[in-house]
This record gives sequence, C-alpha cells and structure tokens, in this order.
Amino acid sequence: MDGVHDLGGRHGLGAINPEPDEPVFHYDWERSILVMFPAMAMAGAFNLDQFRSGMEQIPPAEYLQATYYEHWLHSMIHYGTEAGIIDPEDLQRRTQHYLENPQESAPKAAKPDMVATLEQLIPTGDDYRRETDAPAKYDVGDTVRVLPQVSTTHTRRAGYVRGRVGEVVAAHGAYVYPDSNALGLGEDPHHLYTVRFTSQELWGDEPGAANSVVHIDLWEPYLTSA
Amino acid sequence: MSLEHDHSAPGKDDLIAARVKALEAILVEKGLIGSDAIDYMSSVYENEVGPQLGAKVTARAWVDADFKARLLADATAACKELGIGGMQGEEMIVLENTDEVHNIVVCTLCSCYPWPVLGLPPNWYKYPAYRSRAVRDPRGVMAEFGFELPESVEIRVWDSSAELRYWVLPERPEGTDGFTEEQLAALVTRDSLIGVTAALSPDAVTAEV
Repeated sequence: MDGVHDLGGRHGLGAINPEPDEPVFHYDWERSILVMFPAMAMAGAFNLDQFRSGMEQIPPAEYLQATYYEHWLHSMIHYGTEAGIIDPEDLQRRTQHYLENPQESAPKAAKPDMVATLEQLIPTGDDYRRETDAPAKYDVGDTVRVLPQVSTTHTRRAGYVRGRVGEVVAAHGAYVYPDSNALGLGEDPHHLYTVRFTSQELWGDEPGAANSVVHIDLWEPYLTSA
Repeated sequence: MSLEHDHSAPGKDDLIAARVKALEAILVEKGLIGSDAIDYMSSVYENEVGPQLGAKVTARAWVDADFKARLLADATAACKELGIGGMQGEEMIVLENTDEVHNIVVCTLCSCYPWPVLGLPPNWYKYPAYRSRAVRDPRGVMAEFGFELPESVEIRVWDSSAELRYWVLPERPEGTDGFTEEQLAALVTRDSLIGVTAALSPDAVTAEV
C-alpha cells in the first residue's frame, strides 16, 4: 500500500526532538495497551502483519499526528470488531462513561494463565522463519531491482527503493510473507534478502546522504534480476 | 517547523485514556486479559528489559574478543549466553562500528526495534521525522543528536523491514584501558546502540558526576 506510513525519504516532517530522560510510559493507559497486543493476538484477533496493516488504514492526516499507541489502538479496535470481540456501540458507550468518570479505573480481574504465558513468551518470542522447498533465486553479490508496482494492501516493499537497483548482501532463508499473512491468506513463505543501495542510486548527490548506503530486507517476490 | 505531538485538541488525551479503559473493560469481562498480566508485562519493560541489557552485551564484547566474534557472527546466540533475548528480537543482527564505518538503525514502515536489548522504543524513533529522514539524511539526523562524522566515514543505514532486528556495536571509547565491564557499560547509551551517536567518552561521564 502506497500509504502515508511509508515514510522513508519524505521531506517536511520536521526535527527529531528527542525527549531527555524519556520515561518508558508517558501515560498509565500505555501499560494496558502494550499488553492488549499479546492478549488480542492470543485471542486470534490478528497476527503481526494484520496488526501492522491495521495501522496503515488510519486516515493520513490522523496517522501523522497520532502517537504510537494510538496507532495500536486503532488497529486493535479494527480487528477486535472484525473478530466479534468488540461491539462498536458498546465501546462507544463505555468510552463515554469513562470520559464522564475519569477517576474510575477499568475493572480488575486476575488471569494467572496469561501471566504464565507471558513469562514464557517474553524471553522467547515468536518464530517467523519457515522451511521451503523452493531454492533461493538470488545469491549474495547478485544485482537486483525492486519491482515498481505495489498492491493496495499491506506490503514491506518500501516506496523509496521501488524501481531501484541494489546488491544482495545477505540471503536469510524463507520467512512468513507479510503481503499474504496480512490478508489472512496464509503464511506463503518466501526467501528473504538484505539488499544494499548506494545513496547515489537513491538520492543522487544530496549532502545529507554523502558516503552512505541503505540496507533493507526484501522478500523474493519484490525483486527481479538487474 | 516541527511535527509536535502536544495534543492541543481539547480533551484528546482524555478521550484516548477513556477509550483504552473501555477496551480494557471489554477484554477483562471477556476473560481475554488479566490486570495481573498488565502489571507483569509493563513492569518487565519498565524495570528489567531496557538499554542496560544492550550496554551489558556491548561491554562484554569490548573486553572479550571471542565473545565479540560470536556476537557479530550470531547475535541471537551470543546474547542468549547472557540470558538476553526474546520477543521482538527473535533474530538479532549486530553491526560493528569502526574508524571507517558507522551504522544506524531505523524502521521506515513502522517502528521495529530490538526489544530484548533496548526495551520499548523512545517516541522519536517511532515518529515521522526520524523514520523519514534516517535513510535520506543520516548525517543531518546525527547532527541533531550532536554527533558529526567526517565524510570519509561510510554511513550504513539499516531499515528493519522484516523480523530481523538490527542494533549497533559502538566503538569502545578512547581512554578506557583497564575499565571494568560495569564501568564500560555505563558509557553505552541507548542512542549509541541505535547508532545516532557514539558511546560516551569517560571524560563526559566524569564531568556529569
């Protein structure tokens, strides 16, 4: 999707403005939303690629102004509604209630089995590598071009490398293919490569990119020989 | 002009807080989340998993050449030796800075970040300015962090578009001969592990104390 989330190389987005001594959480509700991610994934509301795709559905002006966890909230409500976990009218009614009663907390309930699952999950994570019988089409050292076309749905084929020529610097084996997994069409694993682009190829002689190269990980269907 | 996130729209923070509570209430009632799970996981990233772990790995690599070789060959396995790894860092790749090469990490499409060694990302890493500029204007970005490199140093940008998680092994600062791992780890900042700065010099740390 050629959306506003695809930010690499865009101009006009301002200064970085790092916050000195930034806290891990800025608001108490950020703690809740962090943990809603594994909770809703475990409930089958979304996979990781769907979750990212949901954030890309946010209207562009809102996307650029919203905070990170607002992006999460948007995707959670989208998929939670689709999965039948959330009734939008119920969510709206409850939201209004908490707006009128800001001191009131959400109800509390323990779920020790979820704590146990997280104790297992946090130090191990998930696995996105998959076996495939298909041989890798490219080798390290090959020159490749990123295909220029892009779907209107989720992809990791970033705009700033589309149509550009780079060199394969690592071949990683096969991984879950986000373009398929985000649509709920299965994992459809494909080979993944790290491709290096010179700043000259991407940005010409712009001074901010002088003597630099950019690497990005790209799945085989994104590429053609060059 | 900068893109601020000050929520000048009236009540925007209140609305988000209320909506998150509403969603939390639904998930609690349906038995899909536990308040104890919220406390547990948020506490892990607030108190246990953060840049101090990346600093610990870096300090070990600076004093132990064999460990450094293992870290650069297979960062996931080397970190596991120190009990470090997991979610959003299932496969990690460490990039070594030298006199001739400086690495910097970004995720232009979302906010992918190596949680097991850095914890949750700071806001600036997730916002449009950094994500748009790191690939195109890395020298300008570093300059905003007060870090400038001669043009003779090649800058290698790494855009984390898949489930591989990149982070930077900074150069060991001058004047640290004989430092313990703990003293060295104190020089390794989050920003140096992302690559927007170098590690601190011992003089800078002494001056702050």
